[in-house]
Amino acid sequence: MDLGPYLVLATLEGAVTAAVLALTAVGLSLVFGVMRVVNIAHGEFFMLGAVLAWWIATSVGGHPAFGFGAALIMAPLIVGALAMAADMTILKRLDYDPERTIVATIGLLYIIQQLTLMGYGPEARPVEAPFNTRLAIPWFEHGLEGWQMIWPWGLGTTSYKLAVIGAAVVILCGVWAVMARTRLGLVMRATQADREMALAFGIPVERVYAITFGLGAGLAALAAVLIVPIQQAHYLMGADPLLLSFIVVIIGGLGSLPGTVLAAVLIGLSDGIISVFFSPTLAKIIATLLVALVLVFRPQGLFGKRAA
Amino acid sequence: MKALVLHLGLLAVLLALHFVLPAYHHGNLARIMVLASFAMGYNILFGYTGLLSLGHALFFAAGMYGMGLSVQHLGLSAGPALLLGVLSGAVVSGALALLALRTSGVAFMIVTLMFAQAGYLTILHFSEWTRGDEGFVLALAGRMAWGVDLSDPNARYIAALMLFGICLMLSLWLVRAPFGRVLVAIRENEERVRMLGYDTFAHKLAALTISGTMAAAAGAAYGILFGYVGASFAAVQYSILPLLYVLLGGAGTVLGPFIGTLFMFYLIDLSSGITTAYMLIAGIALVLLTLFAPQGIMGELRRRLWKGLP
Amino acid sequence: MLLSVKGLSKRFDGLHAVKSVDLDLPEGEIRALIGPNGAGKTTLVGMISGRITASAGSVIFDGEDITRLPAHRRIARGMAYTFQITSVFARLSVAENVGLAARRHLHGAKARKAVAEALDRVGLGARAEQEAGDLAYGHQRLLELAMGIVQHPRLLILDEPTQGLSEGEIEAFQSLIRNLAQETTILLIEHNMRVVMALADRITVLDAGRVLAEGTPEEIHANAAVQAAYLGGGDAQTG
Repeated sequence: MDLGPYLVLATLEGAVTAAVLALTAVGLSLVFGVMRVVNIAHGEFFMLGAVLAWWIATSVGGHPAFGFGAALIMAPLIVGALAMAADMTILKRLDYDPERTIVATIGLLYIIQQLTLMGYGPEARPVEAPFNTRLAIPWFEHGLEGWQMIWPWGLGTTSYKLAVIGAAVVILCGVWAVMARTRLGLVMRATQADREMALAFGIPVERVYAITFGLGAGLAALAAVLIVPIQQAHYLMGADPLLLSFIVVIIGGLGSLPGTVLAAVLIGLSDGIISVFFSPTLAKIIATLLVALVLVFRPQGLFGKRAA
Repeated sequence: MKALVLHLGLLAVLLALHFVLPAYHHGNLARIMVLASFAMGYNILFGYTGLLSLGHALFFAAGMYGMGLSVQHLGLSAGPALLLGVLSGAVVSGALALLALRTSGVAFMIVTLMFAQAGYLTILHFSEWTRGDEGFVLALAGRMAWGVDLSDPNARYIAALMLFGICLMLSLWLVRAPFGRVLVAIRENEERVRMLGYDTFAHKLAALTISGTMAAAAGAAYGILFGYVGASFAAVQYSILPLLYVLLGGAGTVLGPFIGTLFMFYLIDLSSGITTAYMLIAGIALVLLTLFAPQGIMGELRRRLWKGLP
Repeated sequence: MLLSVKGLSKRFDGLHAVKSVDLDLPEGEIRALIGPNGAGKTTLVGMISGRITASAGSVIFDGEDITRLPAHRRIARGMAYTFQITSVFARLSVAENVGLAARRHLHGAKARKAVAEALDRVGLGARAEQEAGDLAYGHQRLLELAMGIVQHPRLLILDEPTQGLSEGEIEAFQSLIRNLAQETTILLIEHNMRVVMALADRITVLDAGRVLAEGTPEEIHANAAVQAAYLGGGDAQTG
């Protein structure tokens, strides 16, 4: 394949990565923004979403769409509920102390991951997509008879991948609507702006925290359900989304939702394109170093404004 | 004085155990002493200076690979290779300190985590030199120091004890010296220390470098004594383990890292007979410790019984 | 002049907290810095001690320009700063608190002796081994002072040292400061006008980031502008 079609393909794959990444990272960013804590177990909530999706999909018989549909609704709810329980039993007792919360969520990471290993096993298992039509993409080439349309072999995508991108856009708009237009969003933003003031105004800050933590984890799980027909469910699959979400949240400016989405698109797309030229390991090295250096030299993120 | 007797007493007990322990526990204890040295290095930064690093695997691995690569590719013997390992740990931790110490709190944790992750990936990337994930078994030449074969269990135990003894006495001396007491004050209130006229950045730089160098010494020794160098020692798990050891044993106590390593090692050892998911124990321990005993074992002891415990 | 401040200014995003302040402090003087809340007093001494970087202007200490030096280097040159909000090391012993301050320039037995002397001087000698966080508030303020004294500073900056002290403690504090003034220069931010009038050789009045007036306590007392801006306020009577 020529470079042109190859780049189109990489961009499409990158867009799928970006879509899923944006959902996961927005979850992490929401938790950081409102609660001011870093959730290291975020990747495990993602993994749990994928594993639950497999479990639900295989339990529900009939057409794959039924199983997938059930997973799409139930897995995020279950994960969200678990996260809320973890918030109320653990994080609340730590008084959301930033450092102790990180240590506790590292513990949570191992607990979730290892319990999954014990219950689900070390295998990687697929979930069948509800629909999966192959779509070929045409390419234009200047040949002997002027411009002509050709169908390069391997240049194509599936209806499901396009649906993932569409679903992510819809969900992100939903998150935005919740934050901007509902009472819950107002209360969350108020808590984010000034916790003490929120308490003084009678906002049930503890409940807001639990809901935020659940919502963040639920978004990660939702992203995982979307990706699991493309990528298989495995108990160690949480590490990469965690790392990438970190990169996105830090580059986008800690706690800023628009910055996070913008960074997710940028990272997702460039991840696809960079891996055309570099080995994936080298791409990851560059990305992690970039994040570390951004935090050292530009802690407000590449797109963020310096906080007053 | 009392403190000196206590710590020397522990070394004497460990020496006596050399002659009486059955082979299995003898081998375990050698491993525990090396890992405890790693944890003691971690404790200088976390327990005494109050900086929580999530990247100490980088220093452990810097020592291990500095040693291992020089054995493998330069054909050095254990002594010079160990020194090279320690030196590379000092360089890596010093360089990281210059960057990471521009941040604090949560950002410091994430920055150290990211740099360590980059280090881990770098080891994987240069696999023609490092043999990547698979790692390599150390050539026998690299396990000989001045005619002593360190792969022999007896020599190994004594070597581990020597490393442990040096790290223990160094820690004890350091935290009671004026320098160490400034570190403690930085942990308690950095701004106040600065306004007493101390260069807090220089102190933290020194603390991180000492901490990283000690971790590197443990990493290099681990490679020599147990004969294997692998990328898994650079993975994030090896940044979490010293944190776990120190939290369990008691952050900011000289004996805490050893006690924590001892307990955790045997806890995992016992549970690995029951399940392959032994890291579950580590996870549960982390959560329970942060919830109920943030002081750790020796910290509780200090609070209840012996206020002056260093 | 021990300390000479020229055109010192500080702008925080949009807020001009200190506007081009000049201040000359000769050796051996007790200078009080007064002014209503938000006048910029703490910001000004923050810029003198290096806690806060100045937006413009210069600080000359003992004939040398220290404007660009970081705080710890300024302290090492002979400034000592005690905090407005008590910030002793709560989990360390009283002696260790003072010891940390002493050991920057003294070592071993000399440091221990200096610590004991400083603690005796503020009357905390009997509490040396207590944990600083367990001290009563007034005693913590005295500990702050001991941490300043033990450094044998050439310039001692005290930020509201009598805040929260009882009448009796204030009496003791005044005689302590008079005693100290024989060996060091003192820059004192103070709200309590009785303390100011009793101690200060000269007074600088700050209002809205500017120097409103400067003079002896009598002159300041008679100054109409100061009366209007500050002494007339409820703050002064109750302070």
